[in-house]
Amino acid sequence: MDVTIVDCGIGNVKSVLRMFEAVDVQAELASDPAGIANARRLVLPGVGAFDAGMAALDRGWRALLDELAVERKIPVLGICLGMQLLCRGSEEGVAQGLGWIPADVKRIDTGGDPRLKVPHMGWAEVVPARENALIPTDEGPQRFYHVHTYRAVCDDPADELATVNYGTPFTTAVQRGNVYGVQFHPEKSHKFGMALMRRFAALPC
Amino acid sequence: MKTMRFKDAKYVGDPINAVRIFNEKEVDELMVLDVDASPSAQAPDFELIEQLASECFMPLCYGGGIRSFEDAKTLFALGVEKVALQSAFLADPRILRQIADHAGEQAVVASIDVSRDWLGRQRLYSASGRKLRSKDWRAAIREAVDHGAGEILLTSVEREGTLSGLDLTLVREASALVEVPLIANGGVGSLDDVRAGVEAGASAVAAGAFFVFYGPHRAVLITYPRYEEVEALWRAAG
Repeated sequence: MDVTIVDCGIGNVKSVLRMFEAVDVQAELASDPAGIANARRLVLPGVGAFDAGMAALDRGWRALLDELAVERKIPVLGICLGMQLLCRGSEEGVAQGLGWIPADVKRIDTGGDPRLKVPHMGWAEVVPARENALIPTDEGPQRFYHVHTYRAVCDDPADELATVNYGTPFTTAVQRGNVYGVQFHPEKSHKFGMALMRRFAALPC
Repeated sequence: MKTMRFKDAKYVGDPINAVRIFNEKEVDELMVLDVDASPSAQAPDFELIEQLASECFMPLCYGGGIRSFEDAKTLFALGVEKVALQSAFLADPRILRQIADHAGEQAVVASIDVSRDWLGRQRLYSASGRKLRSKDWRAAIREAVDHGAGEILLTSVEREGTLSGLDLTLVREASALVEVPLIANGGVGSLDDVRAGVEAGASAVAAGAFFVFYGPHRAVLITYPRYEEVEALWRAAG
């Protein structure tokens, strides 16, 4: 299997699986921690509240996830809440995150524009902050579908992979070494999402 | 299924297969309305919707037969991004706020149908009861927004499925009433109709038959404009 998807009950994993299949990537769902033991690349999707997400990972996943991401350094992709869980913690809750990305999750700041609603919901152009393996810098505008109230704020600007502008520009994708996270939903972003997932599945492992 | 004026339903193919085709067309949002659910007092077909959501590589809005906050919550859990309500909202608009508090106003679409009475006046139409309502359609739109709807889907019943163009007078009047995005529906038969709808004040224009039928005999062929074509339209409307 090229990619293993963590299915710990915090989000809809089926469209992620289907989209990998649509781009001819061999992907599987792991509904218990044993299922990720031999993962070559790991995807952590999730929607909902931060503390609920961490509580789900604390049901037996945590140690193995740390081993895969920190010691074996396999490529990891967090999606939406999954990206937020890669960080230290969130304003939304009190739980500690996985802490693989030195960043805090904060509520969206729209810069005071009353027309901009939170949650931020809809298609938005994502601008790469630097050269990276997931979102090419030379392919013109790329749009991704966002649904979120919180976003990551990185300690180190070098961990910022891409930004989106919603009142003010903020981080919508992060990367530190083998750990990638996207705030948006590639699995709901048709061709742009397909390209991103194909590139993730091609990362060396 | 595709209807004309919400009647004469024509089977246009298996919904899952249709979603797969729309995936390839890179559609930016898909709205699935189960036109039989509310009139026949049926709950949403959750099994089918879950399948649709998992096959759908774009945001999915579902409407039809949503009777309660619990129904809406179930739909979100199945992977639906937005829910559209009409019957339940006309019965009690507070359901919109309840859903908006759970999922955000942007996830709540109020569907308003307007049809002409025998004097030619625009009247609120109830799709589930298949009859005109006494409430003013403008009041219904305002009520929806006041109660948390993040988007209004406005359908002209006479134009629905006819490919004869949007009711632009209606679109103009409705879009002046609200700040939230208004999706104009009913009658789109060309990209020029889409542009006219946006110029009349709609934030978005929905089309069904235009994307599904081809030619004068309404042969089934799913099509969708390319992004560049749509972009060119916005620039022209700009």
